[in-house]
Amino acid sequence: MSTEDIYHRPTTLSQALEALAETPFRIAAGCTDLFPATERKVLQGPVLDITGIGELRGISHGPDGVTMGATTTWRDVIEADLPPAFDGLKLAAREVGARQIQARGTLAGNLCNASPAADGVPPLLTLDAVVELASLRGTRQLPLSDFLKGPRDVDRAPDEIVTRLHIPAKATEGQGFFLKLGARKYLVISIAMTAARIVLKDGIVQDAALAIGACSPVATRLPKAEAALIGQPLDVARITGDLIEPVLAPIDDARADAGYRRGTATELLRRTLAPLTPERAA
Amino acid sequence: MTRLVIWGKTYEIQSAPGRRLSEVLRDELNLKSVKVGCDAGDCGACTVLVDGAQVCACLVPVAQADGATIETLETAEPDLAKTLQAAFLDHGAAQCGICTPGMMMAAMELLRANSTPSRREVEDALGGVLCRCTGYAKIVDAVVGLAPRAARANGHAVGVPLRRLDGQPKVDGSEVFGADAGPAEALLVRAVRAPHFHAQFRFGDLGAWVASTGVLKVLTAQDIPGQNRFGVIPPLADQPALAEDTARFLGEAVALVVGPADVVEPLDLSTFPVDWEPLDHAMTEADGPTAPLLHDARDGNVLIKGRVASGDPEGALAQSAHVAEGRFQTSYVEHAYIEPEAGVAWMDGDTLVIHACTQAPIMDRDDTALVLGLPQDKVRIVPTAAGGGFGAKLDLSVQPLIGLAAMVTGQPCRMVYTRNESMRASTKRHPGTMAARIGADAEGRVTGMVFDGDFNTGAYASWGPTVATRVPVHASGPYRTPNYRAEARAIHTNGPTAGAFRGFGVPQAAIMQELLYDDLAAKCGIDRLAFRRINAFVDGDKTPSGQTLASVGMLECLDALAPAWERALAEAAAHGNGPTRRGVGIASCWYGCGNTALPNPSTIRIGITPDGRLRLHQGATDIGQGANTVIAQIAADALGLSIEAVELVGPDTGVTPDCGKTSASRQTFITGRAAEAAGRALRAEILRHTNFSDAAVLSLAGATLTATENGKTQVIELGAANAQGYALMAEETYDPPTTVLDADGQGTPYALYGFGAQIAEVEVDLALGTTRVLKMTAAHDVGRAINPLLAEGQIEGGIAQGLGLALMEEFLPGRTENLHDYLIPTVGDMPEITSILIEKPDPEGPMGAKGLGEHVLIPTAPAILNAIRHATGANLTKAPALPHRVRAAIGAAEFEANSGPKSDTDFAETASVSGAVSVSETGTPHGS
Repeated sequence: MSTEDIYHRPTTLSQALEALAETPFRIAAGCTDLFPATERKVLQGPVLDITGIGELRGISHGPDGVTMGATTTWRDVIEADLPPAFDGLKLAAREVGARQIQARGTLAGNLCNASPAADGVPPLLTLDAVVELASLRGTRQLPLSDFLKGPRDVDRAPDEIVTRLHIPAKATEGQGFFLKLGARKYLVISIAMTAARIVLKDGIVQDAALAIGACSPVATRLPKAEAALIGQPLDVARITGDLIEPVLAPIDDARADAGYRRGTATELLRRTLAPLTPERAA
Repeated sequence: MTRLVIWGKTYEIQSAPGRRLSEVLRDELNLKSVKVGCDAGDCGACTVLVDGAQVCACLVPVAQADGATIETLETAEPDLAKTLQAAFLDHGAAQCGICTPGMMMAAMELLRANSTPSRREVEDALGGVLCRCTGYAKIVDAVVGLAPRAARANGHAVGVPLRRLDGQPKVDGSEVFGADAGPAEALLVRAVRAPHFHAQFRFGDLGAWVASTGVLKVLTAQDIPGQNRFGVIPPLADQPALAEDTARFLGEAVALVVGPADVVEPLDLSTFPVDWEPLDHAMTEADGPTAPLLHDARDGNVLIKGRVASGDPEGALAQSAHVAEGRFQTSYVEHAYIEPEAGVAWMDGDTLVIHACTQAPIMDRDDTALVLGLPQDKVRIVPTAAGGGFGAKLDLSVQPLIGLAAMVTGQPCRMVYTRNESMRASTKRHPGTMAARIGADAEGRVTGMVFDGDFNTGAYASWGPTVATRVPVHASGPYRTPNYRAEARAIHTNGPTAGAFRGFGVPQAAIMQELLYDDLAAKCGIDRLAFRRINAFVDGDKTPSGQTLASVGMLECLDALAPAWERALAEAAAHGNGPTRRGVGIASCWYGCGNTALPNPSTIRIGITPDGRLRLHQGATDIGQGANTVIAQIAADALGLSIEAVELVGPDTGVTPDCGKTSASRQTFITGRAAEAAGRALRAEILRHTNFSDAAVLSLAGATLTATENGKTQVIELGAANAQGYALMAEETYDPPTTVLDADGQGTPYALYGFGAQIAEVEVDLALGTTRVLKMTAAHDVGRAINPLLAEGQIEGGIAQGLGLALMEEFLPGRTENLHDYLIPTVGDMPEITSILIEKPDPEGPMGAKGLGEHVLIPTAPAILNAIRHATGANLTKAPALPHRVRAAIGAAEFEANSGPKSDTDFAETASVSGAVSVSETGTPHGS
C-alpha cells in the first residue's frame, strides 16, 4: 500500500496524535474544502480523518466560557443553544455554502483552510476565539488572530491537531451580528463580510468587537473603529472610513474590484451595527 | 470495512475509505440517481440524505458514512418519493431532469420536518441545488404542494398542459444520462489538455509512459484515421478532434489516455510526456484583429462578417429629431448545464455505436464519421438524455474521442468530462463589443439605426458564423426601422470557442438596442412602453432584411403588459428615495425560428404496427425543453388518435429519420410541421381504407383500429408489416421556405418569427450596488401554445438565464472554470414570474405555433439593466452588472447629476400611459 492509499480514522484523540507524530498526514474533517481541491474520486492520502473522534465534536458551556470542538459542524452551531453574543456566528453558519455544506463543514476546517473569505472567521474574531492545538508534545492555545498567519497559512505544526475553540466568558457577553455581501444568494463566496459584537449598558457601549473578512489577506479586527464606539451611545455614524480603510488591503478578483471592497466596507459595518442599536434591538 | 445502511439493509463496501460517497453509490451500488455535476459541492446534483440530513455525496469520504443510513431517490421512503414525483410531473418541475433527484432529496429533508413549508423555507432547503433549466419556480410550486397544473388530454392534445410524456424516468431517478450509459466494464478515456492559452507542443516518450502507468493506449492526432477537422458549418470546418502541434485555447485536447478505469481514473495527467512552448495569445475581440493569425486565410482573424443594410441610415440619423448613441460590452457566458459531457462507445460489428448526450445526433454522426474515416451509415448515434444543453451540446464533445478509442481498442470506451474540463473545452456565449446609434422623429417614430458589433468567437469557428449573420438581421429589435445598417464580425482569439448559446448573439444585441430605446423615449418625452408600442412591428411590416411579416403579436404582448407596467411604475415611485431604490424596465424580443437562410428540414415517421401499436419516430432531441411531448401532441391531433396511444421512438440515428438539431427554436415549428403533415398523411392513409370523409373519428383500442362517421363504424384491417415494421405508415418532411440573403442581407432569412416582451422590477442598494430582481412579467406570442405548462417552463428558465447574464455570469478563461467562481442563479435569486401566453397564429406554424425556446431569454437582461437605470440613473456599459460595476455607475451618475444641468435623458414616466395602450382582443392571454 502506498502512502497515498492510507486512510486512518481513529476514534480517540490520543490515537490520532500518535499517528500524526509518525506520519505527516493530511487532516480531514468535513472534506468540504479537501474534495473540491481535487478532481480525483478518492482523497489523496495519507489521510487522518478526525471525524471519528467523538470528543472533538460538540459545544459545551462552563464558567470560563464556551468551548466548541474542532469537528463541530455549522449545523451544530445553528442548532445549539448559545447566548446572543453568538448570533453573528449563527448567521455566518447559515451563510456557509448551503445546507449540504453546513451539515458537513466544520469550525476547525474553516479555520485551517484559511481562506481570506472564510465566513466563520469574522464572527469568531469578535468572540475573541482562542484556538487549542494538541500534539504528543502537549497542548497550546493561541488567539485566532495569531493562528491565522495569511492566506492558506496557519500556525499549526505538522504533528498538531486543532482540537477546540474556546470563547472566553467575557466574550460571551453582548449581542452579535453578521452580514455577508455576495453576488447571489446561497452557495456564494463572499465579496466582503462583517461581524460585530456589542456590549451595551444603559445605552452606553461597554465593549465593542468588530471584524471584517475578504478585504485583506486574513480577516481582521478593527481596533480603531471599536475604540470610537466604546464609552459612547451606539451610533453607526461613528463608523467612518478613516477608521477602517487603512486596515484593509483588498484585492481585485472575479467577484469585485479592490476599490469597491474598500468603498463598501464602512457601509457594511454600519449595517452590521444598525440592528444592535437599542432602538433597533428593542 | 465500511458499512452503509440502505433501505434497512446493510451493505459492505469494498471501495477505498477515502472514495467519494457519490462514486460508491453510483458504481458499487448502482444507485445512478445520484448525479455528479461538479465534484465540488457547488451544484448539489449528488444530494443524498445521510442519517436524514442532506449532504453532497461527492464531498463525503465513504468512511465517514460508516454505519449511517443513506437515502437516494431510488431508496428513499416510497410514499414521500411518490408524492414528490407526482407533484414534479404535475407542475412541470423537471425539464432535463439532471437536478431532479438532488432537488427531491433536499425537499424530503424539509418535508419530513415540515409538511407545509412556506416558499421561503423551501428556498432555504433547496438553496444548495442548482437548476439551469426551470428557473426554479415550478420546483418550489411542487414542493410547497400547490394544486396540480397538469391536465389530461380530452379528445385533443394540443393546447392542453399535459405532463411531459418522458417525465417519469426523470422524476424517479431512472433516466439514463451520458454518464449513466453503457457497460460498467467499459474502458475509461481521459484527455490530456493544453495548460496554456496558446502553445506549441511536442510529445516525449509515449511508449515509456504507457509502460510505466499500465494504461492500454495513448492516442494522438496521428491515430485519427479520417479528416482531423470538424465543424458545424462544413465549409469552415477548422477544429481538430485532437490538436496537431499547436493548441489554440486553454483546455484543448491533445491526447487521449485509454485503459481500465482503476488504472486511468487515479492517473496524474500532469506526468504525461508533453513539452509545451507557450506562444503569444490574444483574448479579446479588441486584440484579435492585430494578433498572429489563428487560421491561415482568415485575415485579421476575422472568421466572418455579417451585414444587413436598407435605406439611408446615416441620412436618416442626420435628420432625426433625436439620436441616442451608446456602446455596450458583454462577457463570455458559460452554459453551465449541470450534466458535464459524457458518453460511451462500442463497436457493433463494423458499426460504431455512440451513446452520448447531444442536441444534434445527425450532425454528430456525420462529423464523427468524417473524423474517424467511416461511412456515415457505419456510425450510429443514440442520444442519451441530455442534462441541459442550451447550445453547447450542438458541438461534438466526447463523440469522436470515445469513438476513436473504441475503434482502436475494440472495447467499449466511456468518457465523462470533469466540471473543469467541461467549462474549459465547451463553447461559450460570444462576448460582444457593440456600438449603435438610433434616431427618432419628434413623434417618437424610429427613423434609422446603425449597429456595429465585434464578437469574440474564440479559437475555432463553431457557430460563430451563425452569430455574425443572426445579429445583423435582429439588431433592430422587433421594431420598424426604415433605414438600417448593422454589421457584425466574428473574431478569432485564443479564448474558448464561442458557439451557440440560446439566442446566437441576439441577446447581446438586444441589450444594446433596448438601452438606447430607453434613451430615445426619454429624449422624446414618451413613456417607455408607449415608445416601443409606437415602433413595434405589426402584420405586413417589412423587416430590415426586406421580409414582410405575416403574423406579429408584438402589440398584443405590449398591451398585455400594460397593466403590470403601470402598477410597477406606481410601486417603484411609492418606494421612495431611501437607501434602496426601485426601478422598472421593459424590453422586447423577436427571433427567427430555424436556420438563417439555409435549408433545415425535419422528417417525421409515424406508423401503426400490425398489432396496433402507434409509434412516433421523434427525432427532435429533447434536452428538457419538451419536444418529446409537444411533437407528440401535434402528431396525435393531426392524426386524430389519443396521445395516450403514442409510443415514442427516440432520436436514434439508426431507427429515426433526421429531425435536425435542437437549436434555433426550430423543433416546435419545423419538426412540428413535419409531425402535423405525417399525422395527417397517416390519417388519410387510414381513411383510404374506408369510405368516410375526413370528419370521421378514429379510435385505436388494443389491436383494433376503427373509424366512425355518422353513427357508422368501420374496422380497418391492419395488414402485414412493411420494411419498417408498420401495417400503416406515413413519413413527411418539412423544410421552411427561406431564401439566401444578398450582400445587404436582403431576403427571407426565416419562415417564421416569435415575439415577446418582458418587464423587470428591481430593487437596487445604492451604497452596495447590489440588485434584487423582484418580479418579472413576461408576455410571449407563441402563435399557439401547444403545451402551456411547458411553454411557461421555457419562459421561467429563459428568464433565469437572462438574469444570470444581466447580473452575475462572467466567464473568465483560466479563472472561473468551476461553479463557485462562475455563478449562475440559485433558487434564492429568482423573482416571482408571471407569464402571459399570447396566441397569434402564424400561417406557417404547425396549428399556428411559433418557436419560443430562445425568445424568452432575449428581453430579460435589457429589461433588468433598464430597470437598474430607472432606479438609480446608473448607465451601465458592461454586463454582468456585478455589484462593483453598478456601484461605480451609480457613483458616476451621482457625479454627473451634481456637476451639471439636468440632461434631457431623464425619464418621463410620470405621464400616465393609459391613453397610449389598449388591450387588444386578438390575443388570447393564458395563465396568470
